[in-house]
Amino acid sequence: MTPRPEDLLVPRREGLYCPPGDFFIDPVRPVDRALITHGHADHARAGHGHVLATPETLDIMAIRYGADHAGATQPAELGEVIRIGDVTVSFHPAGHVLGSAQIAVERGGMRIVASGDYKPRPDPTCARFVPVACDVFITEATFALPVFRHPDAAAEIDRLLRSVARNPERAHLVGVYSLGKAQRVIRLIRDAGYEKPLYIHGALQRLCDYYESRGVALGDLRPATVDAGAKGDFAGAIVLGPPSAFGDRWARRFPDPLVSFASGWMQVRARARQRGVELPLVISDHADWDELAETITAVAPSEVWVTHGREEALVRWCALNGIAARPLHLVGYEDEGD
Amino acid sequence: MDRFADLLDTLAFTPSRNAKLTLLADYLRRVPDPERGYALAALARDLDIPAVKPAQLRELIGARMDAELFAYSYDYVGDLAETIALAWPERASIPSRNDAPGVAEVVETLQAASRREGPALVEAWLDRLDPPGRYALLKLVTGGFRMGLSARLIKQALAGFGQVEVNEIEELWHGLAPPYLDLFAWLEGTGDKPVNAAAAPFRPVMLSHAIDEADFERLDPADFAAEWKWDGIRVQAVSERGINRLYTRTGDDISASFPDLVDAIAFDGALDGELLVARPGEGGVETGSFSDLQQRLNRKTVTAKQVREHPAFFRAYDILQDGREDLRALPFIARRARLDAFVAGLDPARFDCSPLLDFADWDELARLRADPPFAVIEGVMIKRKAAPYLPGRPKGEWFKWKRDPFLIDAVLMYAQRGHGKRSGYYSDYTFGVWREPGELVPVGKAYFGFTDEELLKIDKYVRDNTIERFGPVRSVRAGPDKGLVFEVAFEGINRSSRHKSGVAMRFPRISRLRWDKPPAEADRLETLERMIDGED
Repeated sequence: MTPRPEDLLVPRREGLYCPPGDFFIDPVRPVDRALITHGHADHARAGHGHVLATPETLDIMAIRYGADHAGATQPAELGEVIRIGDVTVSFHPAGHVLGSAQIAVERGGMRIVASGDYKPRPDPTCARFVPVACDVFITEATFALPVFRHPDAAAEIDRLLRSVARNPERAHLVGVYSLGKAQRVIRLIRDAGYEKPLYIHGALQRLCDYYESRGVALGDLRPATVDAGAKGDFAGAIVLGPPSAFGDRWARRFPDPLVSFASGWMQVRARARQRGVELPLVISDHADWDELAETITAVAPSEVWVTHGREEALVRWCALNGIAARPLHLVGYEDEGD
Repeated sequence: MDRFADLLDTLAFTPSRNAKLTLLADYLRRVPDPERGYALAALARDLDIPAVKPAQLRELIGARMDAELFAYSYDYVGDLAETIALAWPERASIPSRNDAPGVAEVVETLQAASRREGPALVEAWLDRLDPPGRYALLKLVTGGFRMGLSARLIKQALAGFGQVEVNEIEELWHGLAPPYLDLFAWLEGTGDKPVNAAAAPFRPVMLSHAIDEADFERLDPADFAAEWKWDGIRVQAVSERGINRLYTRTGDDISASFPDLVDAIAFDGALDGELLVARPGEGGVETGSFSDLQQRLNRKTVTAKQVREHPAFFRAYDILQDGREDLRALPFIARRARLDAFVAGLDPARFDCSPLLDFADWDELARLRADPPFAVIEGVMIKRKAAPYLPGRPKGEWFKWKRDPFLIDAVLMYAQRGHGKRSGYYSDYTFGVWREPGELVPVGKAYFGFTDEELLKIDKYVRDNTIERFGPVRSVRAGPDKGLVFEVAFEGINRSSRHKSGVAMRFPRISRLRWDKPPAEADRLETLERMIDGED
């Protein structure tokens, strides 16, 4: 008999739980056995007994939390079928950041895909998302509103470079999350033909080094330290750092800084203004509204579970399109981590 | 449309006032007539396009997308034009390209269009524009830019562009109409200064600073006059060449809302004063509360009943113009003498003078302030006797010394996502006090008074302690042992049949977050009711 999907995965306080496999997917607090979709801090936490994830995600967790972040780790190659208790699991590319994966959980003819965070459009820094046929598709809803339609990222980079050319006396501070967004933005800047040194905040260094080691060439990166030069030396430069650093004293070393931020949230003016951003760049590592709809259509599951973000709008879209859907109330995932 | 869209984008994200002025002046230099005039009029909210109203834009998008999805989107974005611009479903058959007509053609076409034609024109243009172009078009049509662009700043940009004094622009402004060809000709030196076409123009008002404790030591009481600070709205009444007008302190013409008062402006001159609801009674003029005045505010039309029950009244503070004589350069005390004589000749049912207070030193004034004779007084004004009437907020001339606010401790009950700059944050709070032990009753709403940093903390508290969600509103855990206490400050309190609690606060804001205080120790409804009794 085919099991019911809710026998396979249930939301619990710690995260999404699989009773027949006795494991959690992306638990928000320490558990005995965790399967991790990707290395962002709200999905990958330290302190689990056992962690199963792609080799890149395990490397990233070790970089961020130390090699002893878990009791034991096990790498999962993409496509490899792994048995855990009474279920099998397999990892498939999610296109979100380096190492990111969707996790398919299967038992007795019932397959659920927990897609974690994903983006279907190509990204030069990670493997491209593949739709995985399934009975239940668990989708994120970070940008699940019809107003979120991410423009072409290369065009946004062009806006940045034009602004740099127009303001040669100012330092452009580009806010980027340290894992994924930073390396993607750097790669896109290189793809646009900008070969000058890029200056990075210390928080980005190790992950940029790691991306390099995995074959993502990032060009000439230099630490944005004061000894890198006197104040005037950053005039006309592009400096990348975590957005939180821009409010710090760290930012005072730059001449008349022009604050930019690469994020899907920059689509909404009020969001950009709240953050004091002068040059909002709409570059996101999540699926936008059209991509969410296209993905659900391509995966064609019999049911969709919607989690973290604007669940209600995506559930509504599913209803309008005759697709069974319900919100999955998971707690603890950052609303705004893009 | 591209130029205007670019201007909006850069203005919106440019924080510095000076940089905004530079951008605007640069735009005025680069863009020809009549486009720059229409763009400026749109930014100054001086452009009326009757053929298209927001309700019709909602209908346009309603025909293209699900109402519920639109509602979610609008709730998130918090701005109608922006929501439509972003969510507008592009028709694949029409490649969107910015070849829609420019600003001038759009404005002139719409001004010639009927209300039936208007929406169809806009719809066709929306299909041909990219999202920034759609945003610019919709903002042009509806106004409401929310980018920290005051009318004053626009006038300053014009002054900077033409190298003239900003007051010259302000005095002219009400006689001008978009696209302001005469004005630009004058500013560019190709034409004469426009003659103020408007009779009874607005004159830029003089404003005060809040007084500091330290000021009292520096200031000699003998140099100053004092008067009550009335809790109405500051207005300017002007009559010239048979035209009567009532302006707000920012120069908005509100004559249409107060025909009873405007008809009584039977003089030739310009007075500065407070708009109140009041009528002569047996013991002198009986002044209503601010909530009485509210019955008359923001109304496009006024009924005879409203006029009868809440008559508008002008309490004069100052005189700027008497007949053909401009009095603004005179010292305050000399203007006051002129004012007394001037108002003595006016209808006492509509006009009186705000009396000057007798005080020998600051302590005596403090005693007067602590015990005002009427509830509608919200403090005292202190004015330098020698000060001329200067536009803007000159330093050291006028001071306001407001009554201390009322304070209560209340418990956060509901939080709603903000709009505009705060969209995405739970920034509008409904708070309550105890009616019975264990029963909170909501008594008011506040959405400011906290810092951005505090907002982040409250937002997190709301998300972590949500019990239920109703659309944009969350109800928050609030019981005797668990809950967030706000110290709420407010200016006044009235009975209200519209509120469940029976009370309505005036101008409530969060004065402190009391993370330390157990909710059980928040105030009780009886305390608020006693405050009302004190007010009456």
